[in-house]
Amino acid sequence: MDFSYSKTEELFLQMVRSFAENEVKPLAAEIDEQERFPLETVQKMGKLGMMGIPIPKQYGGAGGTVQMYIMAVEELSRVCATTGVVLSAHTSLCMAPILEHGTEEQKMKYLPKLASGEWIGAFGLTEPNAGTDAAMQQTTAVDAGDHWVLNGSKIFITNASNAHVFIVMAMTDKSQGTKGISAFIVERDMPGFSIGKKELKMGIRGSATCELIFENCIVPKENLLGQLGKGFKIAMMTLDGGRIGIASQALGIAQGAIDETVKYTKERKQFGRAIAKFQNTQFQMADLKTKVEAARLLVRSAAWKKDMHLPYSADAAMAKLFAAETAMEVTTKAVQFHGGYGYTREYPVERMMRDAKITEIYEGTSEVQRMVIAGQLFK
Amino acid sequence: MNIIVCVKQVPDTTVVKIDPVKGTLIREGVPSIMNPDDKGGLELALRLKDQFGAHVTVISMGPPQADVMLREALAMGADRAILLSDRKFAGADTLATSYALSGLCRVLDYDLIIAGRQAIDGDTAQVGPELAEHLDLPQITYVADAKLLENGNLQVDKENEDGVQVLEVEGKCLLTVLASAFDARYMSVSGIMEAYDKEVEVWSADKIDVEEGKLGLAGSPTKVFKSFPKAMKAPGEVHEVTPEEAVELIVNQLKVKHII
Repeated sequence: MDFSYSKTEELFLQMVRSFAENEVKPLAAEIDEQERFPLETVQKMGKLGMMGIPIPKQYGGAGGTVQMYIMAVEELSRVCATTGVVLSAHTSLCMAPILEHGTEEQKMKYLPKLASGEWIGAFGLTEPNAGTDAAMQQTTAVDAGDHWVLNGSKIFITNASNAHVFIVMAMTDKSQGTKGISAFIVERDMPGFSIGKKELKMGIRGSATCELIFENCIVPKENLLGQLGKGFKIAMMTLDGGRIGIASQALGIAQGAIDETVKYTKERKQFGRAIAKFQNTQFQMADLKTKVEAARLLVRSAAWKKDMHLPYSADAAMAKLFAAETAMEVTTKAVQFHGGYGYTREYPVERMMRDAKITEIYEGTSEVQRMVIAGQLFK
Repeated sequence: MNIIVCVKQVPDTTVVKIDPVKGTLIREGVPSIMNPDDKGGLELALRLKDQFGAHVTVISMGPPQADVMLREALAMGADRAILLSDRKFAGADTLATSYALSGLCRVLDYDLIIAGRQAIDGDTAQVGPELAEHLDLPQITYVADAKLLENGNLQVDKENEDGVQVLEVEGKCLLTVLASAFDARYMSVSGIMEAYDKEVEVWSADKIDVEEGKLGLAGSPTKVFKSFPKAMKAPGEVHEVTPEEAVELIVNQLKVKHII
């Protein structure tokens, strides 16, 4: 068993770490404060090939691995969780289902522009009445001969304000239950499609989370993704992959909070010495660092299985569950170590704690991850 | 246009420490990086390549570990990488280094050579100019910008302390470049994916046009007598006082120190 990075991964890590430090970190507080989508960063990432890391070269991608993609999400999230989730949703939730379930024509049409960052991708499954119970889809798609007509709405859609391509689930045959759900590729300018209200959120505030509205939206026949009635399965498979991305985001947030706390506790003096010298600080930080490393191994192992085309659904769920809960614990304690300063926006741990919470909620709550893990365990 | 870029792998001196007894750099645990001015030079070469088309060869002299830096150069967009690595080069000062590099340049086809102004580990700023001398080339140092003119000449901005000189140069030449003038690009992901599929050519002394006696320690007239960290000055004091009080304060201090 080899836990080391390959030479290519080492070089890649050098690049993404430097990009995150120099291009992403300086903007993190500003885009949070202004609730502004970091479009300039996305354009830079597009030019460098970071928007299509695990996409094969014939579709305009960089031809990298899932492992490299999640390293990028981690490094970005270490300094800015918003930028991490922009990349994660774009890659895992939009490009991956097109790559894995799309026709050759669909791949050729959408992947090159998504991989170059010219287009940003998003994914629409959640509805007001279909959250964890995703099978309760009320958005419908009706076959109108030479096209589909979509009606309904989606909520909490990451990247929506700036996305051009959306993977949308809709009910094509209600009598079939989950087997009556189909997946569609919807473009921003298709007639009858609009972006609704933008949510005001606790964290990842630079990420634009919006409602999608379909009013007799006309979608070409060829934009059905995968087979008719396979949408729910496609959605679940997509979320399995997405969870590795979110687990990496959580891991990055946790590592970022560790970095900030180590730096702060070495500088901050109370009772005549740096607070890093107190055993309470050392023991607590040792426990947190151990959890972060354990999370990293779970995340890397899940990504490795996806790269190897092995089943990874439960691995992704375990990685996300553990990394998200670790991120929440680490960031909460990081704020505590910073004391009153940590509660202010002078220090990034305040933002990190707000950003961490969502990782326990989206792309399947921690409870859903436990359902997935238990489902595998007791099957 | 064929461009040669000289690059050096150096310890990241922002984290390096000096052994107080031996006076040498403690390299253990210190990350190695591409020398910043050299990276600026590579960026200039890649910009010329983007704008006018060019074949960019990066060359370096150093131990086999310099391979990773040359991979970085390839991932940034260089076309070819050559590492001069041979025990015969060991112990070279700037003269022997620039001589070895000139021997390599003589067997390559080039129109322009770009070097960094200076390396952050030695800070001599000698290798570039010496290389130009060995090759009998015109040289322009402290370059802040360069472009190819329609007549095939290069127009070069040379940064002086008191202003910028705009020069035009005909034929082959050597430029030394400032990192601050060229914000170097990141490696691209596809460049990284291909970096280890390409070859970093490792050349020994017998492949280049040199006299062996002028290489390495034997060819190095400079001997390092001693190196030591600069003593830290004590922090200054700030007194917010009137000019009269200031005079008194300073005079008193000078008396205390027996200067007056």
